[in-house]
Amino acid sequence: MPTETETPVKGAATLEEVVNRQLGRRAFLKLTGLGVFTAAAGSLPAVLEAATPKLRTQRRYGMVIDLKRCVNCKACTIACKLENKTPPGVVYNPVIEEEIGEYPYVQRRWFPKPCFHCDKPPCTGVCPVTATYKRKEDGIVIVDYDKCIGCRYCITACPYGARFFDFGENYPAHTTAYGQVPSPEFQGEYGLRREGKSPVGNVRKCTFCLHLQDAQGRYTRPPACSETCMAKAIHFGDFASESNGGCITHEGCNLKRLLVEHRWIRLKEELGTEPSVYYTL
Amino acid sequence: MSERCGKWGWRVWGILAILGAIGVFQRFAFGHQLAAYGSLVPWGLWVAAYIYFVGLSAGAFLLSSLVYVFKVKALESIGRLALVTAVITLFMALVSIWFDIGHMERFWYVFLRPNFRSMMAWMIWMYTAYFLLLLVELRLAFQPGSLKRDRLLSLLGSVGVPLAIAFHGGVGALFAVVGARPYWHTGLFPILFLSGALTSGGALLLAVVALRWPEKDESHGRLVRLLSKITLGLLLFDLLLEWAEVSVPLWGGTAYHTEGLKLMLFGPFWWVFWIFHLFLGSLVPIWLLVRFPTDTQKAGWAGALIAVLFMSVRLNIVIPGLAVPILPGLDQAVLNPRLTASYVPSLHEWLVLAFVVALGLGMFGASRKFLNLYEKTAEAPR
Repeated sequence: MPTETETPVKGAATLEEVVNRQLGRRAFLKLTGLGVFTAAAGSLPAVLEAATPKLRTQRRYGMVIDLKRCVNCKACTIACKLENKTPPGVVYNPVIEEEIGEYPYVQRRWFPKPCFHCDKPPCTGVCPVTATYKRKEDGIVIVDYDKCIGCRYCITACPYGARFFDFGENYPAHTTAYGQVPSPEFQGEYGLRREGKSPVGNVRKCTFCLHLQDAQGRYTRPPACSETCMAKAIHFGDFASESNGGCITHEGCNLKRLLVEHRWIRLKEELGTEPSVYYTL
Repeated sequence: MSERCGKWGWRVWGILAILGAIGVFQRFAFGHQLAAYGSLVPWGLWVAAYIYFVGLSAGAFLLSSLVYVFKVKALESIGRLALVTAVITLFMALVSIWFDIGHMERFWYVFLRPNFRSMMAWMIWMYTAYFLLLLVELRLAFQPGSLKRDRLLSLLGSVGVPLAIAFHGGVGALFAVVGARPYWHTGLFPILFLSGALTSGGALLLAVVALRWPEKDESHGRLVRLLSKITLGLLLFDLLLEWAEVSVPLWGGTAYHTEGLKLMLFGPFWWVFWIFHLFLGSLVPIWLLVRFPTDTQKAGWAGALIAVLFMSVRLNIVIPGLAVPILPGLDQAVLNPRLTASYVPSLHEWLVLAFVVALGLGMFGASRKFLNLYEKTAEAPR
């Protein structure tokens, strides 16, 4: 099993190496041929551009959440709210708690619940205007705020309650300087909240902190929930073949190895949604 | 008497219109903030009103096809009324759902970039086609008779029947295809929508014909008796389907499939089902129709009870399907009114509904005044 903490481009010294690994030799030769041709035409960037989308299809981001480590501090919920500046009633990563049994045999169980970015998401197909979709390049399910009409059909279709409607409500702090700091979500495109303007009136959901990716789709920082977790319970990484489970949050850790070494579950597996978030027990 | 009735009618309509105007003002001024639904129960009164009105429309239209397609002579005189009812109630439905969407200005995106994997997109495209067809058919129904027009009416009706079935079945399928909600996810659901549409649409026509017909002569009595029989049969059939829909999961007894049903039958709003739907909306009208088969007044009241209280069936489709937390504990995870599993429509939502009702009643009043609603469509000269 290829090991450890490699992020897709880490350890790949040259463009040839990167492309070779991702696409195979044949594709590289084709690209080289194209490269020679276009370089002759004086446009090397075009070659890089042709290569980039292919490279990006290789990523499959996901999480392994270690329930033995989670202490129910809810720092992930708070960190997510602060990172994305979500309004009241929009909570991308709540911690779900249940109390089971009666005194003296009472038990509590809990788990953080971000969007699972399912491989077969039931929420995207129902959108009447294709506003929500699973990104081909990295498997992240997002909502295009400019297209979403706010019908909320996707909220009904998500079996995990991972979608929220933005009612346009604000925290009291909205009228202070806090309200002037734009949300970085989607690279700040919808940063400042304006009445009636997107994302108000849209459906919102966890984006795996998409805005922390660089132009090549690599994370410059792990998503806020996993970065903040003091118990190191939330492991975020790339399941795709190249990085093969490399964890972005914790150095020396590998998501696939965690799954091999622990018993794990995914919620409502019977629905066939193939969540990208695993819980180890 | 009718003059006094008219006076009161105007007053009630005026109050509805004023309240409705307040609701609409609030909707535009505050967006969705005054609505009581949230992210766990994302659909509420307006969606229920939408499927209610759209059901009335499909039902009234399918009954109009008895006149224009199947040439049932005995019902000829309600052809125009049924068509006008279908147009008005469809319009009411579209206004209701327009107020419900988050970005009202983007409604046309469903035509610009439809996703035909989505049952909602299919439904919208089909009701657009249905709306256009209805308008043309309505125009023709009020034209002087000619052989060509009769043929066209018959042709449009023939296209309209499968379209209305597909479109309203599609409304049911919109709910039924959602696998995450076991309460909706049954094969019977689209059929239940159709039978509900026919029942409520038939009952509405019965009420209007029995109570508001200008000349209450012998032929009127015959017409009311026939409509009564049709409505009674449809209601009984609808109750049979409903029995199947409720009893099968309850008998099976797996919590996953029964939670929503138990919420409807024994939850905090049990009375919506038992009192409004079953007792006042079904048993009382059945008794009225069976016990007094020749009393047009009572038949009218029976029709009105079924038609108006069918809203309780629509509410019971939308809300219990959503009010069961999709994951145990999700409704307790965050203390926020938008993230609870309980939903009671807010005053604002009722006010907007009042607007839609006032709009519909106004359109109906206007069409009564300016169109010969109660005359049968002129026949082609022989």
